[in-house]
Amino acid sequence: MLSTYTQLGLFLLVVLLLAGLVLALPVILRPTGISPKKPNPLKGEPFECGMETIGPTWIRFNFHYYFFALIFLAIDVSTIFLYLWAIQAEEFGKNGILAISIFFIPIVIGYAYAWYKGALQWK
Amino acid sequence: MRSFINYPPAPPDWPGGYWWHWLVFTLIIIAFVMTMALIFIWYERRLVGRFQSRLGPNRAGPFGFFQPVADAIKILTKEDIITSRGDRVIFWIAPIVGFVSVVMIFAVVPFWEGAVLVDLDAGLLFVLAMGVIPSIGIFMAGWASNNKYALIGAIREVALLISYEIPMGLALVGVILMANSLSLEGIVQAQEIPFFVLQPLGFFVFLVASLAEINRTPFDLIEADSEIVAGYNIEYSGAKFAVLYLTEYVEALAASVLLSTLFLGGWRGPILPPVIWFLIKVMAMFTLIVWIRSTLPRLRIDQMMSFNWKFLLPLALINLAVVTLVVFSSLPGWVAFISGSLVLIIYLALWSVIFRRGGKFVQT
Repeated sequence: MLSTYTQLGLFLLVVLLLAGLVLALPVILRPTGISPKKPNPLKGEPFECGMETIGPTWIRFNFHYYFFALIFLAIDVSTIFLYLWAIQAEEFGKNGILAISIFFIPIVIGYAYAWYKGALQWK
Repeated sequence: MRSFINYPPAPPDWPGGYWWHWLVFTLIIIAFVMTMALIFIWYERRLVGRFQSRLGPNRAGPFGFFQPVADAIKILTKEDIITSRGDRVIFWIAPIVGFVSVVMIFAVVPFWEGAVLVDLDAGLLFVLAMGVIPSIGIFMAGWASNNKYALIGAIREVALLISYEIPMGLALVGVILMANSLSLEGIVQAQEIPFFVLQPLGFFVFLVASLAEINRTPFDLIEADSEIVAGYNIEYSGAKFAVLYLTEYVEALAASVLLSTLFLGGWRGPILPPVIWFLIKVMAMFTLIVWIRSTLPRLRIDQMMSFNWKFLLPLALINLAVVTLVVFSSLPGWVAFISGSLVLIIYLALWSVIFRRGGKFVQT
C-alpha cells in the first residue's frame, strides 16, 4: 500500500524537476547569449492595452457569486460522501438506497429552495 | 457479488521489478504527455484551419508537422520578463502548480491491462483532486500578475470552478456505481459494455463539465481574447508562458484520456492491440472537443453560471437516479441506452424552451 504511494511521490518529484528545469531554461541559457536580457522599466509595467494602469489592482473585488460559493460548499462536500456508498452499493442493497436518500434528498431540497429564493440569480 | 477488496485482480508486474516498473512507466508517461501535447497543438491548428476554410500551418516539415517544435524552440529562448509590480515568488510558482498536478493524473491511467504506473485504490478520487489544482495555479497566476485583466480572469476561473465541479462529481458517482471500484483499472475491467452506452446522460454531463474544467470554448471566458486580452496569462512570456500553454493542452489530453477511460472502455477493443485502441479513442475525443470549440460561441459569465447551475446540475441528479435504477433493476444495455438518450432529448428540448421563455427562475 505504502509502496504504491512511494512510486507516486517519486513521480511527483520527477515532474516537479522537469517543470522547474523548463522554467529555469532562460536563466541557464542567459550566459550563452541565446536567451537575451535587456531590461527596460517599461517592460515590467502591467499591459492593459496601452493605457497606464490606474489605482491599485489588489483591492476588495466585488465578485457576484457569493451565494453560489456557499451552496457549492454544501453540495460538493456531500457529493464526495456519495462515493463511499457508490463503491459498495450492490452489497448495501435496497436499504442502502433508502439510507443514502435520507442523507442526500434534504440537500437536493435545500438546492431547490435556494433556487426558489433566487440565490442562483446573477445580481 | 464482486468485492472491493479483491477486485480488480492484482496487475501483472509488467516490466518486472519494483524500481524497473517505476522507471519505465515514468519515462513512458512523460514521453507520452509531451509527444501527445505537441501532436494536439499541431492537430488542433490544422483542424481549426479546416473548419474555418483555411490551410493552417503547413510549412515546417510534412503537413506542418514540426510547427509546434519550432514554436517550442522559439518560445523557450525568448527573454524572460517578470512584471515589476507583481508578486515575484507566486509569479514563478504558478505555472509549476498547474503543470505538475495535471501530469500527475496520468500516473493512475491504464494504457493497457496492467500497464499503469500505480494502480491506486482511490484512483478516481485522486484524479478528481488533481484535476482541480490547476485552477489554483491559474488563480495564483492571475493574482500575482498585478494586472486588472489578469485579476478578472482569475476571479472568473473561481466562478467556473464552483460551477462545473458538482455536476462532474455527480457524473462520476454513476461510473462508480456501475464499476464498484474507484481504481481506473477496475473501471476499465468492468466495462464489458462501455459506460457510454449504459449511461449516455453521464457521458454528456462529464463531457460538458470537462470542457469547463479545461477552459475551452464555450467556457473559455477566463482567457477571452476579445474582452480581457488573455486573462490570467497576459503578463507571462517566454518559458513561463510556454509552461502555461503546455498545461492547457495537457489538460485537454487529460480530459480526452479520462473520457475514453471512464466512458468508452479505455484500452478495450477487438482485433487491434489495446494501446492502439486507447490512442484511437483519445484522438476521437479530442476531435470532438475541437469540433465543439469551432462550433459554439463563448458564453458570458452569468450565462455560464446559469447554464451549469440550472441546466447541468439537475441533469446530473437525474442521471444519478437513472443509473441507480439501471444498476438495481439490472436492465439490459440497450434499454439503458435508449431510455438515457430519451431522457436527454426530452430534457434538452424542455430546457431550451424554458430558457428561451425566460421568467423569474431561469433569467440570468
